[in-house]
Amino acid sequence: MTLEEKKPGWKSLLMGAVVVEPGSSLRYKTGDWRAFRPLVEKEKCVNCLFCWIYCPDAAIVRREKWVEVNYDYCKGCGICAKECPKEAIRMVEEQK
Amino acid sequence: MTVVGMTGDEAVAYAVKQGKVDVVAAYPITPQTIMVERFSKYVADGEVETEYVCVESEHSALSACVGASLTGARVFTATASQGLALMHEMLYIASGLRCPIVMGVANRALSAPINIHGDHSDMMGSRDSGWIQIYVENAQEAYDWTIQAFKIAEDKDVQLPVSVNLDGFILSHSLEGVDVLEDAVVSRFLQLRKPLFTLDPDKPITVGALCLPDYYFEFKRQQVEAMLNVPRVLGKVNKEYGSVTGRSYGVLDTFGMEDAQAAIICLGSTAGTAREVARKLRAQGKKVGVVKLWLYRPFPTEEVSAALKHVKALAVFDRAIGFGAPYGALCSDVVSALHGLEVSPKIFNVIYGLGGRDIQPSDIEFVFNETLEAARTGVVKEDTMFLGVRE
Amino acid sequence: MVTLKELSTEELFASGHRLCAGCGEGIINRMTLKALRGPTVIVAATGCNEVASTIYPYTSWRLPWVHVAFENAAAVASGIETAYKAMAKRGAWSKHVDVIAMAGDGGTYDIGIQALSGAMERGHDFLYICVDNEAYMNTGIQRSGATPRGADTTTSPAGNVILGKPEWKKDLIGICAAHGIEYVATASPAYWNDFITKVRKGIEVNGPAVIDVLSPCPLGWRHDSSLSVQLVRLAVETRYFPVYEVEKGKYKLNINVVKPKPVEEFLKAQGRFAHLFKPTYRKDVIDEIQQNVDDNWNRIQKLTTQS
Repeated sequence: MTLEEKKPGWKSLLMGAVVVEPGSSLRYKTGDWRAFRPLVEKEKCVNCLFCWIYCPDAAIVRREKWVEVNYDYCKGCGICAKECPKEAIRMVEEQK
Repeated sequence: MTVVGMTGDEAVAYAVKQGKVDVVAAYPITPQTIMVERFSKYVADGEVETEYVCVESEHSALSACVGASLTGARVFTATASQGLALMHEMLYIASGLRCPIVMGVANRALSAPINIHGDHSDMMGSRDSGWIQIYVENAQEAYDWTIQAFKIAEDKDVQLPVSVNLDGFILSHSLEGVDVLEDAVVSRFLQLRKPLFTLDPDKPITVGALCLPDYYFEFKRQQVEAMLNVPRVLGKVNKEYGSVTGRSYGVLDTFGMEDAQAAIICLGSTAGTAREVARKLRAQGKKVGVVKLWLYRPFPTEEVSAALKHVKALAVFDRAIGFGAPYGALCSDVVSALHGLEVSPKIFNVIYGLGGRDIQPSDIEFVFNETLEAARTGVVKEDTMFLGVRE
Repeated sequence: MVTLKELSTEELFASGHRLCAGCGEGIINRMTLKALRGPTVIVAATGCNEVASTIYPYTSWRLPWVHVAFENAAAVASGIETAYKAMAKRGAWSKHVDVIAMAGDGGTYDIGIQALSGAMERGHDFLYICVDNEAYMNTGIQRSGATPRGADTTTSPAGNVILGKPEWKKDLIGICAAHGIEYVATASPAYWNDFITKVRKGIEVNGPAVIDVLSPCPLGWRHDSSLSVQLVRLAVETRYFPVYEVEKGKYKLNINVVKPKPVEEFLKAQGRFAHLFKPTYRKDVIDEIQQNVDDNWNRIQKLTTQS
């Protein structure tokens, strides 16, 4: 049992393991899973939003005329790059 | 107060009818069938507002009940024997998710061999599931305890499911006079359920999360605490019910224990027979007594110890076998409860009534005499007596 | 039909969940939640989806979400749907809440079929989405009734004597349609418009609706995570996974594949069928699979014309 995080005891935890903070997983950054990161070339992006709808992690962010990647959560699966009809996304090796 | 002729099953159904239950999801199995059939008739006749779901198995029955309970509804189901065994995983889930479900169990023997008659093997097989377990002696108690069960379960310091156990056929199908309350009285006593959590889209919650080794233990400890709160809450509910009905309940009931040298402790309808036999023997000058346990889980250790500590010998009746265990379930618990005593009574286990094998007053008289003998000599002839089996 | 720009940007399935990179279930969850029409509750069965998205104290769900056990998503959904009805009767509840049950193929085709059948027969108002990745993936890629013929799984391994799962995939749509429910459909997340439209249709049905959506699994199917969407597109393009619906008993092919690619292309792209190609090219098994794909397509075509 790790001592770094002080986890709550049974007296203070909510009964029955109920979680009342919707979307609390946002506190857990899965971005460090990546081996490759997607790079969006804005000039080529036509804002078709295929990458946005196909991202399993909601890591593609819709901007007014193009998309951006939320690197906090992107796991580097590469679906966005594969599905982009304009080849506007390329996967590059993640820097250490 | 009106006295109506009802079987145990009917008494439970009637209590549920009056209890403003929102959802009943149940699957029929002998000898619980009358509960669900009678209730179906109430629904069909428009006598209740309850939504009744004829599920396709007992496992789905308790699953639907858990879903409904989490949504915030007051929920009831009923089963027995194989049905209880089939919903076994759901029993732990219902208590783990802290659903205050009330379930009527018409205790019946577990297969194999298949047998549809009364014994306690079904609920005893699930006694560790985190459910509050109450055993009743007659139809009146079945009615009274079902009503009280909802209030105990839904208390904010408890939030645990309750099973109300009645002996299959012996109680479920026997006609007795039951003193029923008026609808308005029950409504006032029970009130509507006030759930701590509901599935409200405006306040989204996640229920049933995965708890890895870093959290699971804490939630189980919470359940232990809830169980520890039960006797206090039960007492409070009993007191309130007593003031409404004039009938007093508690964790256990005693007869003749003020001066008993030899005693029997048991669950269910056998207590009634034992009491009659004790009455007859006491009239003959024999110092015998009967302890009837209403609350089996949580086990009322203190009260059991207090009731039994001054007897010289004790026969513990178990209407179920725990194969390979040193004693039957109730006997194991009683021995544990008494093990701290300086001087403990001589104890022996009586396994009886399996598969609905009848227990006669003469059988109980025999046991009382054996117990008195053990009290006199300080020696127990056999640790476990199989009462009524053909050798 | 909608356009992507019309879809809500609200993410009711939040990032930070621990599904594998490229997991189809993540895509399917997001698409499903874009099709909602109002307050909704999700009932999940045990599986990858449930386990990866709700590791206490984290949850990715921003709507009410319940997980109870493996085989009873439909039964729990029945209870919830009934409870809302009952509580509304006594004035404790005023809004209509849609109930969506989500379970894997394990919790649907096999251990969950009883609960689903019962819930359909009773006519509860809910949508049941089977997230079909064709095996018990969460417990380590064991075969299910939805696993296709010839697939290598840990309990139907490709060995020296037996080459992967000997049995064919169960016809879930047929089973559900036989219950006489108003809406049953298949879907592939590669065709997002079709899938999202179907989810909304299923929600709007007053009664049970079932959708079987093919979910790519990079780990279990053994392919690169970037190919997830491409593969479930190929599944449709080869007629391996026909996309059709049965609405009030009437069969309709939603994606008519006129010039199908050979199913071999679909099989070749996944490691779970690699043993059909190496060390020996098993033309016999591949032909059998192709024949089955053709027969199945013809069967569905016939049903669409008969309706």
